Amino acid sequence: MRVKFTVNGREQQADDVWEGESLLYVLRERMGLPGSKNACEQGECGSCTVRLDGVPVCSCLVAAGQVEGREVVTVEGLADYAEQRAQHGGCATGACGSAGTSVDAAQRWQAKPAGADGQVRLSPVQQAFIDAGAVQCGFCTPGLLVAADELLERNAQPSDADIREALSGNLCRCTGYEKILDAVRLAAARGDAQTTGTGA
Amino acid sequence: MDFLRPGSWEEALAAKAEHPTAVPIAGGTDVMVEINFDHRRPEYLLDLNRVDDLREWEVGEETVRLGASVPYTQIMENLRAELPGLALASHTVASPQIRNRGGVGGNLGTASPAGDAHPALLASGGEVEAESVRGRRMIPIDAFYLGVKRNALEPDELIRAVHLPKADGPQQFSKVGTRNAMVIAVCAFGLALHPRTRTVRTGIGSAAPTPVRAKAAEEFLTAALEEGGFWESGRPIPPSVAKQFAELATGACNPIDDVRGSAKYRRHAVGIMARRTLGWTWESYRGNERSDRCA
Amino acid sequence: MSGVTRTPTHLTQGGATDAGIGASTLRPDGTLKVTGEFAYSSDLWHEDMLWGFTLRSTVAHAEIVSIDTSEALAQSGVYAVLTYDDLPTEVKNYGLEIQDTPVLAHGKVRHHGEPVALVAADHPETARRAAAKIKVEYAELPVVTDEASALAEGAPLVHENRDDHHISHVPHPNIVHRQPIVRGDAEAAARRADVIVTGEYVFGMQDQAFLGPESGLAVPAEDGGVDLYVATQWLHSDLRQIAPVLGLPEDKVRMTLSGVGGAFGGREDLSMQIHGCLLALRTGKPVKIVYNRFESFFGHVHRHPAKLWYEHGATKDGKLTHLKCRIVLDGGAYASASPAVVGNASSLSVGPYVVEDVDIEAIALYSNNPPCGAMRGFGAVQACFAYEAQMDKLAAKLGMDPVEFRQLNAMEQGTLLPTGQVVDSPAPVAELLRRVKAMPLPPENQWETTEGADVRALPGGLSNTTHGEDVVRGIGYAVGIKNVGFSEGFDDYSTARVRMEVVGGVPVATVHTAMAEVGQGGVTVHAQIARTELGVEQVTIHPADTRVGSAGSTSASRQTYVTGGAVKNTCEHVREQVLELGRRKFGTYHPAWATAELLLEGGKVVTDGGEVLADVADVLEDEAIDLELEWRHRPTEPFDLRTGQGNGHVQYSFAAHRAVVEVDTALGLVKVVELACAQDVGKALNPLSVVGQIQGGTTQGLGVAVMEEIIVDPKTAKVRNPSFTDYLIPTILDTPTIPVDVLELADEHAPYGLRGIGEAPTLSSTPAVLAAIRNATGLELNRTPVRPEHLTGT
Repeated sequence: MRVKFTVNGREQQADDVWEGESLLYVLRERMGLPGSKNACEQGECGSCTVRLDGVPVCSCLVAAGQVEGREVVTVEGLADYAEQRAQHGGCATGACGSAGTSVDAAQRWQAKPAGADGQVRLSPVQQAFIDAGAVQCGFCTPGLLVAADELLERNAQPSDADIREALSGNLCRCTGYEKILDAVRLAAARGDAQTTGTGA
Repeated sequence: MDFLRPGSWEEALAAKAEHPTAVPIAGGTDVMVEINFDHRRPEYLLDLNRVDDLREWEVGEETVRLGASVPYTQIMENLRAELPGLALASHTVASPQIRNRGGVGGNLGTASPAGDAHPALLASGGEVEAESVRGRRMIPIDAFYLGVKRNALEPDELIRAVHLPKADGPQQFSKVGTRNAMVIAVCAFGLALHPRTRTVRTGIGSAAPTPVRAKAAEEFLTAALEEGGFWESGRPIPPSVAKQFAELATGACNPIDDVRGSAKYRRHAVGIMARRTLGWTWESYRGNERSDRCA
Repeated sequence: MSGVTRTPTHLTQGGATDAGIGASTLRPDGTLKVTGEFAYSSDLWHEDMLWGFTLRSTVAHAEIVSIDTSEALAQSGVYAVLTYDDLPTEVKNYGLEIQDTPVLAHGKVRHHGEPVALVAADHPETARRAAAKIKVEYAELPVVTDEASALAEGAPLVHENRDDHHISHVPHPNIVHRQPIVRGDAEAAARRADVIVTGEYVFGMQDQAFLGPESGLAVPAEDGGVDLYVATQWLHSDLRQIAPVLGLPEDKVRMTLSGVGGAFGGREDLSMQIHGCLLALRTGKPVKIVYNRFESFFGHVHRHPAKLWYEHGATKDGKLTHLKCRIVLDGGAYASASPAVVGNASSLSVGPYVVEDVDIEAIALYSNNPPCGAMRGFGAVQACFAYEAQMDKLAAKLGMDPVEFRQLNAMEQGTLLPTGQVVDSPAPVAELLRRVKAMPLPPENQWETTEGADVRALPGGLSNTTHGEDVVRGIGYAVGIKNVGFSEGFDDYSTARVRMEVVGGVPVATVHTAMAEVGQGGVTVHAQIARTELGVEQVTIHPADTRVGSAGSTSASRQTYVTGGAVKNTCEHVREQVLELGRRKFGTYHPAWATAELLLEGGKVVTDGGEVLADVADVLEDEAIDLELEWRHRPTEPFDLRTGQGNGHVQYSFAAHRAVVEVDTALGLVKVVELACAQDVGKALNPLSVVGQIQGGTTQGLGVAVMEEIIVDPKTAKVRNPSFTDYLIPTILDTPTIPVDVLELADEHAPYGLRGIGEAPTLSSTPAVLAAIRNATGLELNRTPVRPEHLTGT
């Protein structure tokens, strides 16, 4: 079957989709967006977390056909999403962007070295994960970032218990979570500073 | 496999009538696991995401009509006052991501004894609104669970909503798992006090082939509360009553040994949860009574 | 490779030259990992690629009567179906030390989930459907599941006709390896003891549960060879096992490390490597294989479950007199790393304590249970669980404080191990215990809020099982010892290639090793070492591949020591060549070129007094210094097969934990409130990474204390919980705060004085949690993980 939906602000289409395919499979194998990870495919690890019409979900448990006409934000679009939210005061649906990666561009994609610092645009939570040492193997990181970003969107100053609860659907096997907590606290602290800085 | 995408409830019913083997998929949190792990290859998947009113709820005078696909997150956030037991149960479902997708209709459709909503639904009481092209019927929740992963739906029927009485007293839900989050119930217990009818109802999960009520425990406690005049006096429940209630709840279990826990532990834990949830609900009832009297 | 997208990439990182060793520099792959662009092995994609799928045995022990692949082959979209009969050469087995593992089952399966056939098809679903059409007829055999059934008279032999080098010294063919260690006279010492405690301990089967399942992409090459992109722990060990099965020389199997989603020992053995190559070579098309979580539980070895019998004695003033112990490890159907696990378990069975009279025996069984092998701390983890329980029992019996009792018996530098080896570097066991005990305790009743109980801070968590009822706090301590590096005479070397050149007027370095970056941060540390040794700012980390010499395994806490040591060594030689070049060009201009100790700092040649002699750019000009060198740590010896004597180990790693738990004693649910750790790391090359390793290792130890266990049916030897629904690992709500106190006592034998750190925290975390639960409940608890049933007598 054919499936059409918006990913990271750009309309995408996939053909010959098998009806049992998940959104995760379509993103990874058909749209050249493998940032969302396939760690358990049973909703028990959160590595495939994406925003579906703004809501964090496990993309492994969404049938591809269910996404027809809807809006998806993946880790690949997180920096744009956060930037647009900052500019437009919280566009939570992902509908406000026109940037994004085309299938062609995605499939021609080559990893870029990080290069001199600052060349790659990052959302505050992405930067905080790097700075706090919250990334080791990194396989859980994309899902955690999407979940943590959404937490900070609705709760700019979460308590530790709030952070733990919001991230309780995301398994990490490397870090023991301490540095992940540090990263979310750091992102929250920086987010606040930015708000203060713009006089909002 | 075919993917059916009805745009309305009527279309969904028509599709289900035409293809009774079609597997409804809403949140996908059960169905997709089975597909991903090759446990199930249905001929048809019937996507209910396009049927908007399944995600709506209405709070009436006496009851809440809860659409089958209202996500658990919405129940937690919006129906804590009206459906406190179900809201607590919703909060224990899997993970935030799953709670954002899954709803009560899925729990009922799967009818796993481990479904987190069941004990709360049983304790609350209520009806399942099932419908087919042949018509609509209301299935009392007590008559809904027929066996392990078997329910009272006909092959051409879909669950549209559940109708639950608005809580008239405190409700609690407790679930044992071996992890502090994102865990399938080893066993679970729901308790609702119904001061208006001076009754109590219970629900037990994962401790019998189906979700069950602890009817002997309910009857005992209802009688004990009535005879002792506890509803009026709001006195603390004597430990002996709580103990017997717990023992009777344990007696309602018919569990198995599996990888998640032993049958013996399940019986034991249901008793503990029964005692504790009774303590919590009764304390809450007494507190409300006291503040009502002050008010 | 044309057509391949998302291949591993060079990681270039700038940074001030003070971002050398000792600085918490950030990961060079961090940006790629947070943007989703980092190329993990499951992310690889190739135009025209096929999907491989593995058909696995549904029974644990059976003769294969027949395999019929005709229907599968006839299905449209299927390009190949392979069985044992399709293997191209006479080499049909592989294995780390003993080549006992069939690439595809031959006539017999020995464990549940053993690979039987392979399918390549145009879509994963096509491959699955085809695999379902392969008809395998099994004639089931009785299963060997424990020591009793393995050694019973007439027990089925898991491997008949063994010809490996252990068979001559094991008492039964169902024993992979046996290592006794005898020193002094334990019997006589036992007679001097005032108290004797005994215990029988059980350690459950733990899974590495790395989040990135086994996966890789094999691309057939025009020269008849194959390019393999894969997530592994040791490229060259894989290569040595893969090439003979394919019938290719090693230089025609070109391996590149793809992004690795965690490892923890579980990628030391092969998974899809040979299978992917076989399918690619057969079909002439690129083949990708990605295990799902279910398959992953069958796709790698697990931590050996163990039974341990311990007897310790002590005098009434608290001195240990002797140890008698017997450790039985279940290696499952294939040997994997079992011999090394036996070596570690036996040689470290006494723990970080002084005990002169010992009688120790460790064995690993062959059984029809899932194969077990490497996992973080292997061998030492199981032993630590037992000896730390024994220490608490002894302290209780003597009426002594458990920490003081341990300190009284703690080993130190100069202590003789039961193997006769002298511990010749700092062993601050007593100090670590002192530090961890001195940390402030977390406040009581943290769940209490003005709005009632916050269940997130209570046992049971979000499941709302207690609001404080029956909740009791307990505190427990444990300390452990882990050997660092490969022991017992293994030639444990590593190779590093370093290139220094001038780009854009500034000197830059490229480091190329075959080290598997599995998340531990080796790439970060290599760049730091190059900065420190070569005085450059910009360092490029070349992708790890088999075009450079072996780096050994990313395991045994060895990579920073050995490959870090190799990078340092090569950098030193590169620096020497730069200085030699400088002396030739500029030596006549300044006498210091000949007389002073010279360094490279900030892109300049400087004297140890800080005087600048030249810009490195002027020294090098267009020249590049490019060296590839091997480096070894001190050699070790095998343990004597009869007495266990021998200088078997290179270095030791020590960590101590204090666990604070709160137990719902009625429901048997545990909340770990805090897990404080003190560890000696020798020298923290990257303090941020060091703390991250300690916290991660600690959490894996917590997992096996209270929830993690692969459950195998004792009647059928089938795995009952191969999923993340029923194999539970800690969530962020299960994981407490983990304060870490890092001690740095240099080991003069190691590069920069560093100590391997990855495994030690996994050892002591588990027994500390168990001790805390015992402290809270008063129960004996001789098994891990602890289940609610054990705490409630149900």
